[in-house]
Amino acid sequence: MTSAITATGLRKSFGGKAVLDGIDLEVSAGTTFSLLGPNGAGKTTIVQIMSTLVHADDGEVRVAGHDVARNPAAVRAAIGVTGQFSAIDSLLTGQENLLLMADLHHLGRAEGRRRAAALLEQFDLADSGRKTAQTYSGGMKRRLDLAMTLIGEPRIIFLDEPTTGLDPRSRRVMWQTIRGLVAGGVTIFLTTQQLDEADELADRVAVLDHGKVVAEGSPEELKRSVPGAHVRLHFADATGLDAAERALGGTFRHDDTLTLEVPSDGGAVAVRELLNRLGDTAAEVDDVSVHTPDLDDVFFALTGRPTAEPTPEMENAR
Amino acid sequence: MTTLTLAVRDSATMTRRSFRHVLRSPASLVVSVAIPVLLLLMFVGVFGNALKAGLGAVSHGAYIDYLLPGIIVITAVYGCQTTTLAVNRDSSEGIIARFRTMAISPSAALNGYAVGALLRTLVSMALVFGVAIGLGFRPTAGAGRWLAAAGVIVLLVLALTWLAVAFGLAAKGAEGTTGFLLIVQLLPFISSAFVAPGQMSEGVRWFAANEPFTPVIDTLRGQLTGTPSGGTTLAAVAWCAGLALAGFVWARTLSRRDINR
Repeated sequence: MTSAITATGLRKSFGGKAVLDGIDLEVSAGTTFSLLGPNGAGKTTIVQIMSTLVHADDGEVRVAGHDVARNPAAVRAAIGVTGQFSAIDSLLTGQENLLLMADLHHLGRAEGRRRAAALLEQFDLADSGRKTAQTYSGGMKRRLDLAMTLIGEPRIIFLDEPTTGLDPRSRRVMWQTIRGLVAGGVTIFLTTQQLDEADELADRVAVLDHGKVVAEGSPEELKRSVPGAHVRLHFADATGLDAAERALGGTFRHDDTLTLEVPSDGGAVAVRELLNRLGDTAAEVDDVSVHTPDLDDVFFALTGRPTAEPTPEMENAR
Repeated sequence: MTTLTLAVRDSATMTRRSFRHVLRSPASLVVSVAIPVLLLLMFVGVFGNALKAGLGAVSHGAYIDYLLPGIIVITAVYGCQTTTLAVNRDSSEGIIARFRTMAISPSAALNGYAVGALLRTLVSMALVFGVAIGLGFRPTAGAGRWLAAAGVIVLLVLALTWLAVAFGLAAKGAEGTTGFLLIVQLLPFISSAFVAPGQMSEGVRWFAANEPFTPVIDTLRGQLTGTPSGGTTLAAVAWCAGLALAGFVWARTLSRRDINR
């Protein structure tokens, strides 16, 4: 697969404080890549560098095959960006905002009007298209912002915390839109603090902490890589439980529920091997379930903190 | 399309956006006409006779003939208040950052502000001129001198506009623009707009004689009403061109620096 975005040895400091401390990333074309991390981890800075708004101190970034430092114009022609704050013209109507973007993409009058109307419809803004954007709710502004990004039909889209602060309905619309875009071959670079969002949407996730990538992989791989994954075995009676505990060793026993927790990566091979070992004993297994930690556990294991809690010095570095 | 036609097309798009803003909030246009008109009424009706006596040999006609060029400069100043606040709002709303991630001519957004502000301010000035003529302003200029006056006015508005764009980009929030606005709003009062600098106390007189608005006002007065402008045209053009260039270069630099949020 070809790469839509690559970053090599990316570094950036603000006021002597390293915000990005050697970032390497690779995003395959036509996939969703999620950068996961708390406030102040450096997510927005990475998006700003990749979208030509901020210069890196060191390292190389290529987007759509072009170096962002040497050929920013070619990068801009390939990308669309929706940031954390709605970048809309609040004095214009929703429709005028879209037509402004259409004009700046040199779409031509008829094509601009056609796409603007379709996007207003798609984002549930058709009824408010003729009202000025300053009358919109927060969710409507964010939807308009994304519609403005999409009108130029970019092949690579950066979404910086697109659902932070959104109501559940707008969030679902956003998720559906992202899935639809990826199905159409668009590459999505998504930053989020919400683990379920990365889990739901991303093909690959990089966990960012203190300006470093502390883990990278598919959501499944990440969840399996941390301690806490286990296979839970339920037995018909205490005899089976005893037998299994002796056979397996190093397990955690719950007498009240007649279950045994066996540390494991939870993969199919490991589960089959585990059941084979029990097959030699008298233990009769009623039920088997695999428990993998969610990304919250992953984040906690990697950084020693829950995701929601930025450290004070990281807040200051912003 | 060539780079130049793209730049012109994008700049035109951005200028249309500026016009929409004026139509959406006509209050700002009304204020930028109302304040100079109020000053005009007050200085002609309340202080006119007293100030006229003090001017003595400097002015031969009615006080309004002496006053109007200063009022035109004040109109330009209030026009640039609208500009700097609009630029600052765009900057804090993040739409300038959005423009910068798009494949558009880098100068288009700035040109849109400048052209929009120039036309908007010229409309305000035409209205102020109309009111002044109704109040008894009698310019003696022929076509050639009107043209010269118009040229100086355009240069002045360009200078103030580019400074307004740069200060709007540089300020962290709307409060950050107040310093610049206070200075440009105060400067006409310490110039030859209302009384001749010769009437002022010594330190102030030196300042009033040498600040940029005085040669601009004296040149306009000379062209419109035929008072001797004492070779101030060169100084007026030099000040305006210099400030316009400084504002333009500064705005361009600011528009290319890394954004920070």
